[in-house]
Amino acid sequence: MSVYLDHAATTPVLPAAIEAMAAELSVVGNPSSLHSAGRRARRVVEESREQLAAALGARPSEVVLTSGGTEADNLAVVGGYRARHAQDPRRRRVLVSAVEHHAVLDPAHWLAEHEGAEAVELPVDGRGRLDLAALRAELERDPGAVALVSVMWANNEVGTIQPVREVVELAHAHGVPVHTDAVQAAGHVPVDFAASGVDLMTVTGHKLGGPVGVGALLAGRGVGLSPVLHGGGQERQVRSGTLDAPAVRAFAVAAEHAVRTLAQEAPRVAGLRDHLVAGVLTEVPETVLLGDPDPAGRLPGNANVAFRGCEGDSLLYLLDAQGIEVSTGSACSAGVPQPSHVLTAMGVPERMSRGALRLTLGWTTDAADVDAVLAALPAAVERARGAGLVAGRTR
Amino acid sequence: MRVLAAMSGGVDSAVAAARAVEGGHEVVGVHLALSRQPATLRTGARGCCTVEDAHDARRAADVLGIPFYVWDLAERFEQDVVEDFVREYAAGRTPNPCVRCNERIKFSALLDKALALGFDAVCTGHYARVETGADGQRELHRAVDDRKDQSYVLGVLTQDQLARAVFPLGGSRKDYVRAEAARRGLALADKPDSHDICFIADGDTRRWLADRLGEQPGDVRDESGAVVGTHEGAYAFTVGQRKGLRIGRPAPDGRPRYVLDVQPVSRTVVVGPAESLDVDAMEADGARWCGSAPVGEVDVDVQVRAHGEAVPARAAVAGDVVRLALGEPLRGVAPGQAAVLYDGTRVLGSATVSATSRRRATRTAAGAPA
Repeated sequence: MSVYLDHAATTPVLPAAIEAMAAELSVVGNPSSLHSAGRRARRVVEESREQLAAALGARPSEVVLTSGGTEADNLAVVGGYRARHAQDPRRRRVLVSAVEHHAVLDPAHWLAEHEGAEAVELPVDGRGRLDLAALRAELERDPGAVALVSVMWANNEVGTIQPVREVVELAHAHGVPVHTDAVQAAGHVPVDFAASGVDLMTVTGHKLGGPVGVGALLAGRGVGLSPVLHGGGQERQVRSGTLDAPAVRAFAVAAEHAVRTLAQEAPRVAGLRDHLVAGVLTEVPETVLLGDPDPAGRLPGNANVAFRGCEGDSLLYLLDAQGIEVSTGSACSAGVPQPSHVLTAMGVPERMSRGALRLTLGWTTDAADVDAVLAALPAAVERARGAGLVAGRTR
Repeated sequence: MRVLAAMSGGVDSAVAAARAVEGGHEVVGVHLALSRQPATLRTGARGCCTVEDAHDARRAADVLGIPFYVWDLAERFEQDVVEDFVREYAAGRTPNPCVRCNERIKFSALLDKALALGFDAVCTGHYARVETGADGQRELHRAVDDRKDQSYVLGVLTQDQLARAVFPLGGSRKDYVRAEAARRGLALADKPDSHDICFIADGDTRRWLADRLGEQPGDVRDESGAVVGTHEGAYAFTVGQRKGLRIGRPAPDGRPRYVLDVQPVSRTVVVGPAESLDVDAMEADGARWCGSAPVGEVDVDVQVRAHGEAVPARAAVAGDVVRLALGEPLRGVAPGQAAVLYDGTRVLGSATVSATSRRRATRTAAGAPA
């Protein structure tokens, strides 16, 4: 039996979403076709779009369906930048938090390298929360030069929830649009596109019980977007590609379910998480909780713990061998470990970030899972610490 | 046994892992990430540390049905192998980084970590045999395939390390191993062998060293001390080297000239005719013995290159210093090379060449005739 505690990587697909997707997969129809099969598929997509919009506080016309979070982030940053820059060539600065996902950071730096943009990484505090004074200073330095601000709703590694409302207030005071990557937040904490005031918001299916390969960029009608994928112009002429009716259907079913059950599910998961964190901190010596110590300041399912003197990869192996699946604090590019840019930006020393484990809980997690981890961790950490000690020694 | 299979992404380590699985062991595959900035084939790398190699290792592990992880040993590799390599060249010596990697990384950093995590042994695709002698001691022997034999780069392993090493390929020929890989459905069966130094992606050692050490111009002299040319860094020269000397004036006798000596302190490279490369005796230090250390004088065969011939020698052992009187001359031996001592197919141990002597004079790494 495996204990899956990596829901932030991807969470199991909800049975209702699987059912909806399978049913839709068995029917032919391209939503762009004009005959009755096409009209039927189009109706599925549009009903799903309405369902998604309702779940996320947006209008249906604001939902631009994409292949997932990475594409939506790229469309927001690159497409948003190009549209703003085309309106006024002075706008060339892209302000992003230093703890953004690579799907935001990398396009910002790509624009800097290839299109004359300036990518500015805004600092965060020790909890991983954006330094609003730094954002204010960068905006006020030359407001007319800022093309876009992008600050995630909640961080994928440490779960820290960002002050999105304050970001919007500061940016809008200077007429600068705001994008937020809400991939980790949507369906886990209350996220309302209209109420948040953001102009662009990224969401994805597979973090809330839908399938991988489908997501959306919520784009307010006032914000310009230059297309990144060119072709049939299926989505408002901003995004091309045949609409994936089965995946869109399953995404909408999952989003609706996640939002409808959030009021019960979030406190349930947070309770399990709090029990896990408290247990780890008492059972395992020399252990530090990374991110916001206030449970209200982080995603309900997120725990990120650094075990001093451990290598995360040793712990990952030892737990995996016992059927417990977690993630190290480091991001992997093609399987080669790199120090986490999120923990580095938070000021966590490299020695400590090497011993970080991210344990993320979700809708399938129960008390038995948490108990299994708490039972396995102390011995695993002790063993990994032994391995960490010898790693520094030469025979 | 619980066996950690080090998987480079090549044919040999994949088949070695497969045989460990078949032997009934509980096997876990690990690819060592030895570079923080791994190159890719598209950027021209042809070593064994590319992202593609990690991928090939992962796919082999999938086929074998074993767990697979990438472990980051880049920091240790940089300290113990790469920096050592640069330091040795800067000191006018010619190191063998594969020997260092086996000694300090695969059978030290990796082995120690594996043991601490509950493994019993580390398995690699090296062509060498470990056998148990009559006295219960582990013996390291040459592989059956003498063209692929890698006992030379394993000669630094001690009894402790050999007791934890598994080399499933020592009894097989390479062509058989390739065929076995194909039969097992391993996609990497026809992948070419790696020959280069894995951390020098484009194979240009001289330029790689120049990037790290900068220009250190000096003279090229003949054996009489006369200046016959100049160079940008003595570290770029290895004893026995013929190409790339860029000596304008031909030798008086018109015969090709070779690097005889590299003297980093005075930045002098000494060149001369081929016969001056012949070495009759040498001294090696830092000896490591596979079993108990030989006492006094013993007859051995000595090998100074990974794929060189062994020659008979009389070895006098005193502490970790070995003096070798060669039964026949060896050509082009550089300080820094490993001198591996054999008794028949059995490896006795390995030491690092510190000085060589020829009919005319003795030369040391420091450069002064002794």
